[in-house]
Amino acid sequence: MTDQAYNFAYLDEQTKRMIRRAILKGLAIPGYQVPFASREMPMPYGWGTGGVQVSAAVLNPDDIFKVIDQGADDTTNAVSIRSFFQKTAGVETTTETHDATVIQTRHRIPEVPLTEDQILVYQVPIPEPMRYLEPRESETRKMHSLEEYGLMHVKLYEDISRHGHIATSYAYPVKVEQRYVMDPSPIPKFDNPKLSDCPAIQLFGAGREQRIYALPPYTEAISLDFEDHPFDPSKADHPCALCGADDSYLDEVIVDDEGNRMFVCSDTDYCAARQAQGHKGKNAA
Amino acid sequence: MSDHALLSVQGITKYYGQHIGCADVSFDLYPGEVMGIVGESGSGKSTLLNCMAGHLAPDGGAVVFDTRVDGPKDTITMSEPERRMLSRTDWAFVHQHARDGLRMGVSAGGNVGERLMAVGARHYGDIRGQAIDWLDRVEIDADRVDDRPTTFSGGMQQRLQIARNLVTGPRLVFMDEPTGGLDVSVQARLLDLLRGLVRDMGLSAIIVTHDLAVVRLLADRLMVMKSGHVVENGLTDQVLDDPQHPYTQLLVSSVLQV
Repeated sequence: MTDQAYNFAYLDEQTKRMIRRAILKGLAIPGYQVPFASREMPMPYGWGTGGVQVSAAVLNPDDIFKVIDQGADDTTNAVSIRSFFQKTAGVETTTETHDATVIQTRHRIPEVPLTEDQILVYQVPIPEPMRYLEPRESETRKMHSLEEYGLMHVKLYEDISRHGHIATSYAYPVKVEQRYVMDPSPIPKFDNPKLSDCPAIQLFGAGREQRIYALPPYTEAISLDFEDHPFDPSKADHPCALCGADDSYLDEVIVDDEGNRMFVCSDTDYCAARQAQGHKGKNAA
Repeated sequence: MSDHALLSVQGITKYYGQHIGCADVSFDLYPGEVMGIVGESGSGKSTLLNCMAGHLAPDGGAVVFDTRVDGPKDTITMSEPERRMLSRTDWAFVHQHARDGLRMGVSAGGNVGERLMAVGARHYGDIRGQAIDWLDRVEIDADRVDDRPTTFSGGMQQRLQIARNLVTGPRLVFMDEPTGGLDVSVQARLLDLLRGLVRDMGLSAIIVTHDLAVVRLLADRLMVMKSGHVVENGLTDQVLDDPQHPYTQLLVSSVLQV
């Protein structure tokens, strides 16, 4: 049931228009961070205020909405945002990736390949990939506009010199269509290859930082690397303990005080669907 | 020496409101030549240097640099991307305080490699090899390559800054008090090092300093500034041994003899 006290999807129509303009600009210039007038949302910064505003701007009454939090559909963040839009927009919700038309995600891309009918909305804490190397926003903007991205490789260089390999394992920077370097939000680098050439529209919303950026469908996004240290989308070297999948991104779960652990799919919907098909891992009930 | 000036400064003028920063400074710098600029604090040396290096926009004049591709070009009217490209390839700028010129949170190797990566180097092994080679040339142990500059002494930081600047083989180096804040023995080693590098690489350099010993050792020519104006210029030994302008005479006679 929609609560009549709210406009559809919480935000007023003018605000949604403003956000849509930012989204369109972002789609027109893939990877470019478009400033927008981020609103206060009824949740704290860091809980997905940017993603929620983008979702609110793109939702239609006949959309089917899914929220992922670190791959899971049943954690606090996912449950509260899902019920937020149930209440304010009255949209149908789902946990199944292939049924959803709008998917808001925190830190993961679903394992099931996305389609042209879907929009993936990312929650972004820090949109600027060079923030920790160059604290001045005026300077990073200039570096983006002049395509001076040497600094990004300094970060990777530091990784190799300190750890022997590129130790950045999430928020791994990508170069979009040979132009803008973009922070893909803190998704594991395992998900980076899925960014590129994706049939779905990918939108990135950073509420506190007031930035929106986007990847239109079938956009190239290449992970930065060195010639002698190529990009490696690593994952834990185990199959899922519940569904046996060996191609999905795994969470490591400590199960007792003896140091025993199991690896399970981080994408709960993918894992559940596989179990329903009869796939079994070694710890399956 | 080539008859083609590497850098031709024409009538550089910079005002800070009513105050003169530097007024109508002109000179030519030829390839392989080292020019010293001396003067007391507030005489406009650093203003002039910053105007030439593109850090400040002068109110008048031209700085014509002999670029590799397009020949002589005014760096003040050229586009910003071009100027920034110059400043990380053919130009180098050594700050007085190494902290201004280094990334303190990045290892020594990363600091030296940054300019290489900025011009497109994408091979980790090569970048690291060059970084170690350059650390060696500025007398820093190769096993310090992964240490951060915060763990270095002042003299080492300054040498690291020089390595970081020279790694792309620039043709013109701007130096702002490169020995300022260092003790005398470290100064001597640094000057020795700089002199060797300038000679070996055939660098042109513009050195701003108030230390006459520095220019005596490094500079071929000398410009003396006072209140934003150039009061005397000529060959270094000539100016220092036979000063003509009263201010230069004062400056030379002010040096303490130990």
